[in-house]
Order: sequence, then C-alpha cells, then structure tokens
Amino acid sequence: MTAVTAGTAGSAGTAGGAGTIGAADAAAVEAAAHEAVFDAAVAADERIEPRDWMPEAYRASLVRQIAQHAHSEIIGMQPEANWITRAPSLRRKAILMAKVQDEAGHGLYLYSAAETLGTSRDELLDKLHSGRQKYSSIFNYPTLTWADVGAIGWLVDGAAITNQVPLCRCSYGPYARAMVRVCKEESFHQRQGYEALLALSNGTEAQHAMAQDAVNRWWWPSLMMFGPPDDESTHTAQAMAWKIKRHSNDELRQRFVDIAAPQADALGLTLPDPDLRWNEERGHYDFGPIDWTEFWDVLKGNGPCNDQRLSKRRQAHEDGAWVREAAAAHAEKHTGGNNGKAQA
Amino acid sequence: MSTPDTSGSATAAVPVGAALALADDALVLSHRLGEWAGSAPVLEEEVALANIALDLLGQARVLLSLVGDEDELAYLREERSFRNVQLVEQPNGDFAHTIARQLYFSTYQHLLYARLASGDGPFAGLAAKAVKEVAYHRDHAEHWTLRLGDGTPESHERMSRACEALWRYTGELFQPVEGLDVDHAALESAWLESVADVLGRATLAVPSGPRTGAWSAGAGRQGLHTEPFGRMLAEMQHLHRSHPGASW
Amino acid sequence: MTSDGWPLWEVFVRSRRGLSHTHAGSLHAPDAEMALRNARDLYTRRSEGVSIWVVPSAAITASSPDEKDPFFDPAADKPYRHPTFYEIPEGVKHL
Repeated sequence: MTAVTAGTAGSAGTAGGAGTIGAADAAAVEAAAHEAVFDAAVAADERIEPRDWMPEAYRASLVRQIAQHAHSEIIGMQPEANWITRAPSLRRKAILMAKVQDEAGHGLYLYSAAETLGTSRDELLDKLHSGRQKYSSIFNYPTLTWADVGAIGWLVDGAAITNQVPLCRCSYGPYARAMVRVCKEESFHQRQGYEALLALSNGTEAQHAMAQDAVNRWWWPSLMMFGPPDDESTHTAQAMAWKIKRHSNDELRQRFVDIAAPQADALGLTLPDPDLRWNEERGHYDFGPIDWTEFWDVLKGNGPCNDQRLSKRRQAHEDGAWVREAAAAHAEKHTGGNNGKAQA
Repeated sequence: MSTPDTSGSATAAVPVGAALALADDALVLSHRLGEWAGSAPVLEEEVALANIALDLLGQARVLLSLVGDEDELAYLREERSFRNVQLVEQPNGDFAHTIARQLYFSTYQHLLYARLASGDGPFAGLAAKAVKEVAYHRDHAEHWTLRLGDGTPESHERMSRACEALWRYTGELFQPVEGLDVDHAALESAWLESVADVLGRATLAVPSGPRTGAWSAGAGRQGLHTEPFGRMLAEMQHLHRSHPGASW
Repeated sequence: MTSDGWPLWEVFVRSRRGLSHTHAGSLHAPDAEMALRNARDLYTRRSEGVSIWVVPSAAITASSPDEKDPFFDPAADKPYRHPTFYEIPEGVKHL
C-alpha cells in the first residue's frame, strides 16, 4: 500500500546518510525539524495521518494498542458465539449473530488502521497466534449461562465504550476514524445486553438468579478492563502526551462505575461490592479494592480460558489456510496480475 | 410476535405445510451457518457468512409467524415435526462442504422464490423481498465454488468431494410440497442446468451418483431426518425448553 | 501488504445518489470481484451505501507529505478562485 510504504518514508532522510559526520548532523537537524512539526500538530489537536513523519516510538505504541484492540475484537467473538446455537428465542438469536458479526467487522476496521502504519494483518495475526501480542483479558473468562451474554453486553461492552469514546479523538487519524465507526455500531451492543438482563431479572426466579450470578462474575473483571491503576500503568503517561489516550485508567474506571451503579439498581440486580456507595463529597461512587493479583495472573495466561481461546483462533486460521491459498491461486490464474497485488 | 406484511388478507389462507417447509429450510440452514461464527477461514468471510445466516433467519421468522408463534414452532416442535430438507441440516464439514451446500440450496431457493414472487400466491410478498437476498447468497456460493474448484489441487479435491457427498440430498429439493404452487419439474431442470454450468466453470465434474436416498419412508419433508439433526435440535432447543413459559 | 496472498483494497462508498464516493476503509480480498462483495458485506451492512468502488491499494499514487508545500501552498495565495473574493453591489441577485 502506497500510504504504508510512504508512512515509513519519514525516516528515509537518516537511512540514506552515507556515514560522513556532516550528513549525520544534517539528518539529525532534519529529524529535529520533523519532530517539531509533529509535536506542534499534536499540540494543536490536529490529526496525524499515515504519510506524516512520526516518532518511531509513537508508531510502535499505536501498533501495539491498535493490534491489541483488533485482537480483542476477534477473540471476543468466541465467548458470545458460544451461545448463538443456544439462544433462547429467535429474536435473541438474530441479535446475537448480528453482534458477533459486528465484532468481526470491528476487528477488520482496526487491522486496517494498523496496516496504515506499515504492519500487515498477517504479521499481527502471527503475533497473536504465537502469544507475542495480547488481547483484552476479559475474554479469558467463560460464558457459562445465557445471562453471561447479557452481562457481557451491559458490563464488558459498557466498559469498552467508556474506553473507546475518547479514542474517537485520538491523535492518529485512521485509528480515530475506525473508532468513530466502531462506537456508532456498538451503541446497540450495550443496549441489547441490558435489555436481555432486564428480561431475565424481571422473569422467573430461576432467570433472575441466572442474571445475578452472571453480574456477580463479570463485575470485577469488567473493572479490570481499564487496566492497572494509574501509578502502575507503564504506557499511560506517554500515550496521553501523544493524545493517543485522553484519560487515565482510573478516571475512566470511575466514570464507568458512576454510570453502571444506578443502572444496576434499575435492573433490580446488585453489584458484588459491599463498599460500593455514593460519596456526596466526591460526587462519585466509592468502590472496593480490585484484586490485581487475579488480573496479572490472567494476563500471564492463567485465566480459565486463555488456552482455549487461543487454540480455537489458531485452529480456525490453520483450517482456513487452504481456502485462502485457493482463492489466491485462482486470482493468479484468472486475473493475470491484475488482482491488486503490488506491481514491482 | 410481529405480523408479516405479506398478503395480510388472511393467515388462514397460508398453507401450513408449505410455510413450515420454507421456514424450516431457512431456520436450519441459518443455524448451521451460525455455527461458523469465530471459525471462518478469513475475517471477511465471517462477515459474509453471518449476513447470509441473518437473511435466512429473518425469512424463517416471517414464515413461522405466518402460521403460529415463531418461538413455539422453533423451540417446541419435536424432530419429526420439522419439514426442512435433509440438505440444510447436514453438518458444516470443511469450508468446501459448506459452500457446496450453499450452492445447491441457494440455487434452488433463488429459482423457487423468483417463481413465487412472480405469482400471486400466499408467499408472493415474502418471496419478492427474499429473492434479492437469496440472489446474493447464490452469487456468493458461485464465486466460492469457482475459486475452490479452480484454485489449488487441494481445494479442487476438497470441493469435488463435498459436491459428491451432498449430491444425494439434492433430489429432495424438487419433491412437490402441498400448497407450493410451482412446477417442480421445471424447477429441477433449471436447477440442474445452473449447477452444471457453475461446476463446469469451476472445473468440477457434475456428480454422477443418485440424487435421492434409497429409503422408501421418505426424507426431511416427511419429517424424517439424518442423525446429526437430532443433536442440532437438542442444542438449539435445550435452554428454551429448560424454562417452560419463560420470556427472554 | 498481503494476507496469505490476498492484497489490500481501498473501499469507496457512495452513501446515496447525488453524493460522490467517499473512502470508507480497506479490506483484503483475492481479486476485484471478491473485494467488491467483501466491501458490500462489511461496509454496507447497515444500508450505508448505494454504490461501491474497490481499488487495489497498490494502485494508488499519493502526494508525498514532503511535497506538501509545493503541492498545496500555492493555492493558498489565489483567493480569486473563491467566490467570496468578489464584491458585488447589494441587491444584485443570482450571481
């Protein structure tokens, strides 16, 4: 892709240096000039576009974040797809299928955004499959009952939306644009989850119990989705300086708790935190301590579903290899090079 | 449940057996396609398969609502009461099997709905909308058949095997259904011609085996299904049946 | 930029008649026909479009950011290209 090769062209000035001290100095001066332009654009809230010069660390940080986000979308299909074949009404089945489909679509938008930074989807998938890149730990928890589908929609998507809305103003143009599309489409995800839980909560005793059990299991992991506390978060400060991120982990977590607590009341369900209460003075809800040991443990691979999620993903990729090869071979035979491949 | 806008004149005029046959075909195939979620060969195809599954589920819901409560019909009927053809209940297999099933079924469904849409029977309104969706399903299946048949030696081999394996379920598609006012013989010859054309362009042979099973008791339209179907229904209906009378 | 030999395509969608095609995003596909279908499934599943173009990403020639000044700055000093440059007496219509 032109935009991608050109995206790395910003460093061409240094790469071409023939080794004389004068050339190196000139390159350093040029790099400093580029950096000044970049910093000014970020400071002025302008968007950085793929072909603009950008610091390598900015590029790497974006690739890491967008990739993790894309991986989360496609791994996140699994816990919900687990219930497509068992959805208890045809209406719910249609909603769930459409939602899981959206997640595939969101993965696609995000991989596309990452590709503008010079990293191919194959490369990113390789890193996911080999465990070198992460996805959100929340998807390492199992969906044990139908109510989990509702709890994921309400809490997990709710937390995700809280995280994502500010990303629509992220300094990197393609990521911000992908997020605008994602957020627009996700508005139905959270509502359907809430509605599904409400139906259960207002339903039979067994249904109500199912809903409460799901909320009990998903509440704390949802709070962990915002990442470690600010004083332990390694990436936050730089990401905020670059305006990739607009709010700290703790700010977003608080915002989410403030929104979710009254929503739980309206559902007629309780949140599993004895310390949760409105603090008039702060104007926020106080909440109890998060078990960060569990968070780090799941992140390291010891969650209930880490192996299962990753092996299913790898299996799908491997099983599909012959299909992708067949289509590529067919294109080679029938379009004689006019199939969109880069011309030398 | 929603009342479909098709020929609102009289629900009583809808032939129940025919409505169930069309509805169950769509419902069961949609379910099978839904099983692909998270396992498609490439992300773009996740989206495509889900689109098809959602179209079919939408058709099934309209049809079931014509003759009763959609959820009661989907979740509380026993296996012997389902009227879908055996073709659509066949397990997904590899992607080649899924595409062969799509090719056979969507070609049939497109030809059928085009005929129903041009008539003035009870399904004309539904068919007029569905025929556009189904045309796309047929196009999708054709394009993949061409790519798998004429791709690599492995894909050719897999696609051949899939086309042959499912061939024996294609005869049932043209068994007359009471209340479905179409010329099934004409439908069958149009189907054979179209499928042979696609297979030919895909460098695949038209399978030579029998197109119906040897069991005189009948097949799906008579409520006689293949073994995997019972397991499919068990999975589909389990939760709904575990909570009698509950709303979701 | 391939995914197992599937090149990248840029997708342009006309959201309704009377508007021009706008860049919607990109995707991978083995060939143009499949790219068009994938684009339909991905970028118009909520009825966002009435017409789609797909273009191999590799076929796009783009202006370089380094050429930004020579390409775009000269236009900035040609205000006479814009209608607001001209003073028209009040009350003159249809201009």
